[in-house]
Amino acid sequence: MSAVIESHEQDHHHGPPKGITRWLYTTNHKDIGTLYLWLSFAMFLIGGAMALVIRAELFAPGMQIVEPEFYNQMLTLHGLIMVFGAVMPAFVGLANWQVPLQVGAPDMALPRMNNLSFWILPFAFIVLLSSLFMEGGAPNFGWTFYAPLSTTYAPPSVTFFIFSIHIMGASSIMGSINVIVTIMNMRAPGMTLMKMPLFVWSWLITAYLLIAVMPVLAGAVTMMLMDIHFGTSFFNAAGGGDPVLFQHIFWFFGHPEVYIMILPAFGITSHIIETFSRKQLFGYTSMVWAMTSIAILSFVVWAHHMFTVGMPLAAELFFMWATMLIAVPTGVKVFNWITTMFKGSISYETPMLFAIAFVVLFTIGGFSGLMLAITPADFQYHDTYFVVAHFHYVLVPGSIFAIMAGVYFWIPKWTGNMYDERLGRLHFWLSFISVNITFFPQHWVGLAGMPRRYPDYALQFADWNMVSTVGAFMFGASQILFLFIVLKTLMGGKKATAEVWESSRGLEWTLESPPPYHTFTTPPKVN
Amino acid sequence: MNNKSKKTIKLLSTVVLGMFVFSFALVPLYNVFCEVTGLNGKIELKATTEKGLENQDGRDISIQFISHNNEEMPWIFKPSEDKIKIKTGKYHTATFYVRNTTSKRMVAQAIPSVAPSNAATHLKKLECFCFEQQELAPGEEALLPVKLLFDNDLPKSIKNVVLSYTIFDVTNYKDAEMSQHQNSIDYQEDHVMEASI
Repeated sequence: MSAVIESHEQDHHHGPPKGITRWLYTTNHKDIGTLYLWLSFAMFLIGGAMALVIRAELFAPGMQIVEPEFYNQMLTLHGLIMVFGAVMPAFVGLANWQVPLQVGAPDMALPRMNNLSFWILPFAFIVLLSSLFMEGGAPNFGWTFYAPLSTTYAPPSVTFFIFSIHIMGASSIMGSINVIVTIMNMRAPGMTLMKMPLFVWSWLITAYLLIAVMPVLAGAVTMMLMDIHFGTSFFNAAGGGDPVLFQHIFWFFGHPEVYIMILPAFGITSHIIETFSRKQLFGYTSMVWAMTSIAILSFVVWAHHMFTVGMPLAAELFFMWATMLIAVPTGVKVFNWITTMFKGSISYETPMLFAIAFVVLFTIGGFSGLMLAITPADFQYHDTYFVVAHFHYVLVPGSIFAIMAGVYFWIPKWTGNMYDERLGRLHFWLSFISVNITFFPQHWVGLAGMPRRYPDYALQFADWNMVSTVGAFMFGASQILFLFIVLKTLMGGKKATAEVWESSRGLEWTLESPPPYHTFTTPPKVN
Repeated sequence: MNNKSKKTIKLLSTVVLGMFVFSFALVPLYNVFCEVTGLNGKIELKATTEKGLENQDGRDISIQFISHNNEEMPWIFKPSEDKIKIKTGKYHTATFYVRNTTSKRMVAQAIPSVAPSNAATHLKKLECFCFEQQELAPGEEALLPVKLLFDNDLPKSIKNVVLSYTIFDVTNYKDAEMSQHQNSIDYQEDHVMEASI
């Protein structure tokens, strides 16, 4: 995108106030973006520690380290923390930083609501994590919290879980409204919808998805709350309810939710690939349409998560075909990324390495998804480690690699300092190798029949589980290096120029690095 | 903030509210969808009001009865006959034997399910113990009747239908959900008494 910016001297710009109140009271999109990113990283470490408990237990067959009950709690909290605590807030943090900068707006449209939607989040996670210390333990029914496991058989702490989901939902909804209002109404003059940077497009679509499905999640947990405490029978067969209904409602939320966790990654990757290929992105318009159609299709594929629940043939066929249809727009995106790189003058800085790994490994996750979409085959794969391998491939080297790529890409802009390129590449290679050691063998044990969510397994799966555990600890350790790199960049380093990268495109690169506390108080002009 | 933004916010808030309401609307939608299509082997917990279902030119099918006790439901609950041969288009009465083996008064609810599920829409019941809750005194026993018919439109491929009932302990539930059937409970109680041995 070619953008020209009118010279706008920040005549009377003032810095942020000092001390803790700066962060508590802040309505500045940059501050709130930073808060979101730090919260996300803290949750990433907590959720990661839980994953390591799980992997340590699975290092060898038999019960080794933890009780099965505690294993179930770790499994549940790992999923919930990573989805709602690590991936989603990280994308919201990136949106807070980048959306106003990329559309040329002075701030988010609703700055005070922005503050509120961040500051209720830590409480949601304190409530959720505190359930670990409650009588009966933390939620132990899996992140999908299927009824009646999460109602009739749930530990008493389930009420705290429901409350925390309500808070997270409220935060996401407020955040999404903010993003949409900002994008729809505060773009710089001349920036038409089809001139918007793709990260902005991806977030616009994501925000609409969030607004459509987070209330459904709130509805689902409210029904659970009523079943548990007020004697209703939404999911209780004895009272005329139906546990299968829970799965339908949950996945009506859950499937759009998995695209919520990947669409912003598409946007980030597009920017990075075009920058480091030193070419304009191939197929901008088709990228927008691909994301839109993926979002629309996400509402009509939910039952592919529950093929084995007992559905009529017509429904199984419909959900199978609808699911496979999603491979078309996704294929368009992968094609566009590869074509952008084709004959480009590529350099392999850390963001580009993560972005290329994203394209390759996300595609592997996409292909295993296609295998799972084949209904008759899914009866074999359902609830095995093949599914675990599939969604970890789209979430870890998918979403999380894209988030890290985004952080490396924009951190020179945010801090004004270049990160340590040597350490960045080391972090990439350690992460790339260990993530594959961790998750690739899970395809094989899954196909061989190892069921997910058990603390123990049959002897024939021992070798690959050991490999998987070694990979997981390597991956965990590599992320400490990431923390170190980020801290080192904050402390200092080579000064970044305004453009930061040789071929950077977009409004954010017209600002100095770091950008002043208030930017675009006079809207820039876009040709 | 300009008016355009206010309009967007109002619109988006309406969508949020609408989707929350929609999540609850999914419950009746799902039930209606399942009952109309017979998906999930669900059958309406109401007596049929359709007339003229009976006729002479039916074909032979067999029905298997299965009973389950949910969780720790201590009652003895089993069909009087495991398998019966009937003709479509004719009403048949089958019974289930039930006994409260505990020393306290208990209330139970039976939930039916049909397999294969595409037989569900062709199953019509004039009466069924599953329409109401059953209350039994300690040690009391009863024969619970179900009067059913499969209509002639039952797909030809179906020669054997499995009718399964799961009995739930609902002593601790106030029958809020079932209150719509309150009027027929008196009738049912008489009936249970009649059938008692």
